[in-house]
Amino acid sequence: MMDCHDGSASAAQVAGARTIALIGQPNVGKSTVFNMITGLNQHVGNWPGKTVEKKTGVFRGQNGTVLNIVDLPGTYSLTANSEEERIARDFLIHERPDVAIAVVNAAALERNLYLVAELLALGQPLVLGLNMLDVAGQHGIRVEPHVLQAALGIPVVPIIASKNQGVRELVEAAAAVAERPGDWRPVRPAIRPEHEPVLAAVRALIAGHVPRPYPEDWVALKLLEGDAEITAMMEAALPAEAWLRLRGLLREHEDAYLDIAGGRYEWIGRMVRAAMTQPRTGAVTLTERIDRVATHPLAGLLLLLLILGLAFWLTYTVATPIAAWLSTQVLAALDALAAAALGGTSAWLFGLVSDGLIHGVGTVFAFLPILVVFFAVLGALEDIGYLARGAYVMDRFMHLMGLHGKSFMPLFLGFGCNVPAVLGSRIIEEPRGRWLTILLAPLVPCTARLAVLAFLAPAFFSTGPTIVSLGLVGLNLIVLAVAGIAVNRLAFRGEQSAFIMELPLYHVPNLRTVGLYVWNNTLSFVRKAGTLILLASMAVWALSSFPGPGIQASVLAAFGRLLMPLGRLMGLDDWRLIVALLTSFFAKENTIATLGILFNLDAESPDLATAVAAVLTAPARLAFLAVVMLFIPCLATTATIRQETRSWRWTAAALGLTLALSLLAGILIYQVGTALSAGRI
Amino acid sequence: MIGSNGAKPLSDLPAGSEGVIRALLGGREFRSRVANLGFTAGASVKVMQNYGHGPMLVAIRGTLVALGRHEAAKVLVSADARREGP
Repeated sequence: MMDCHDGSASAAQVAGARTIALIGQPNVGKSTVFNMITGLNQHVGNWPGKTVEKKTGVFRGQNGTVLNIVDLPGTYSLTANSEEERIARDFLIHERPDVAIAVVNAAALERNLYLVAELLALGQPLVLGLNMLDVAGQHGIRVEPHVLQAALGIPVVPIIASKNQGVRELVEAAAAVAERPGDWRPVRPAIRPEHEPVLAAVRALIAGHVPRPYPEDWVALKLLEGDAEITAMMEAALPAEAWLRLRGLLREHEDAYLDIAGGRYEWIGRMVRAAMTQPRTGAVTLTERIDRVATHPLAGLLLLLLILGLAFWLTYTVATPIAAWLSTQVLAALDALAAAALGGTSAWLFGLVSDGLIHGVGTVFAFLPILVVFFAVLGALEDIGYLARGAYVMDRFMHLMGLHGKSFMPLFLGFGCNVPAVLGSRIIEEPRGRWLTILLAPLVPCTARLAVLAFLAPAFFSTGPTIVSLGLVGLNLIVLAVAGIAVNRLAFRGEQSAFIMELPLYHVPNLRTVGLYVWNNTLSFVRKAGTLILLASMAVWALSSFPGPGIQASVLAAFGRLLMPLGRLMGLDDWRLIVALLTSFFAKENTIATLGILFNLDAESPDLATAVAAVLTAPARLAFLAVVMLFIPCLATTATIRQETRSWRWTAAALGLTLALSLLAGILIYQVGTALSAGRI
Repeated sequence: MIGSNGAKPLSDLPAGSEGVIRALLGGREFRSRVANLGFTAGASVKVMQNYGHGPMLVAIRGTLVALGRHEAAKVLVSADARREGP
């Protein structure tokens, strides 16, 4: 752990070196450019106090040049419409990078230059990386870099980031601007002539009152655009009388911001007209051909299911055996090591290390191969450009729960394991949708819970265990949908997040980009959630071992007995079942292991399930299984929820919600079931 | 001002048809978001997919954009591909 931190600190930034900020709209290949520049010399963390990823790295040139690289979040504009946009803009204004590299997609030049126009208005020294010229060419779009360079007055470097072509030249061009900023003379974007007078009036009102380091011209423009953050800033900075006059002026021109956006596009149109030739539509492109299937309501759904099926097949054939091997071989080796090292010392210390610490390591290891496979699939699908299509196809269904299409993929991953489901929610940019997805993810029955179900159901219900199992999985999904609708109504007052999403052109995935995606995400899981898992693992071990001897005489068992009155409401008139539920927090499959210890039977043998069934009535069996399926997320998932939301309150909310729902379902099933079988209803 | 010159919601346009954006409805944040994406007055838009229910796909300023039905209803277009005079 310590090594990681030291390593990342040095990879993050070099003191005294110049800083280059990478900026661009989503889907322009900016992460590929970043990966090509920095390689493994990069660090992924979070922006301070934010859940948005922050990537920093170092470029070391052959001639000894050292440059700090900061990868800003993908953003369509510099209007503070999203967290990403606010972060990118605050960084440019407050941290003042020596130069910025704007990566633009040549296949969508007009739209991409919108951000460039905003950057030029801000006065940020800038060079342009004209990426994806190959993709543009495939679509019949030709762009002349030198014509664009002449029109904009800034260096334009053609690159094909996925093939690492031109990236070095791009960095060199940026370094040259950083060396001699005085030589950098861009063409400033013009606004429509009819807006000049009002812009001049705004500028006159705020002159001398704009807080540092905000450029006055830019603040005037943003005020006219109705930017809420800048407006609030100027309300605080201006004398009362000047503010009132400014507010009056802005109210008069309330709709100016739409014209400003339109005017910016007109300016861009003039800039690119000479540099770009675009075919008149008619030719059917590869993207259109794939999309006939991929975005079709029915065929697209089948394709999505096929892809997800493939992901699970990969997990079960590749990841699961490796996970099993890791958790037996590596753990056995570690155990032997611990036994050798701690042989002479106290039994409890050995227990803490062996059953607490090493078991915790085992949990982390058991998740790793599964996470690597899931991240590889997710990363590849994103890089190909498919992820957005999957989201589009699922949107109509997810809408019912106040979610949109992007939530589907993470939630579906939850069937394999809830941890990647929570981590996968990162693809949802908008915080409300992301948090709701994280909250609901634990309600997706994961493989471990399905295994417990598969073990107990045949003994619990000798007739129709399959139907019972399917019914319980169905119950989980219904509860998930109902909880989604309810939370959306109550917590978010039914506000639907607007569904506007760009569908990128398809392209061949870049191995380096996908590889680094897997590496960074896995590393971040080990570092953050892993630490929490180890600590909690030792705490759970202590609770189930002291005062002892054995789990039967532990604090956990005492707690289980204390909860008996609650258990009776669900027909669980046996403390052992409650303790088994409690230890399922450690890992879902622990339910069986604990029952094995408490019933003094081999956890592998079917006798165990029969023995458990014997202490329960039929309604209580169903109630127990329902509680197992809906119970609080496991330790690893909980730690991941905390890592992703950075909020103990949301973590507690996720635990509370599942706890309440599982108990409610257990009690209802038992009470109604008992009444039914007694013929009272 | 809207409707008099034949503007109608983008969601009403069938697949394959083209239109010119006339106005945006809805809250300030929504309008600002779509305007930044290129949905500004005068921009031409082509409907790539519209099944009459669920989200739809449009091509605008060289990119493919998926829009929820509610969102598409707030974008007003005139079906005529030519820009009208003032």
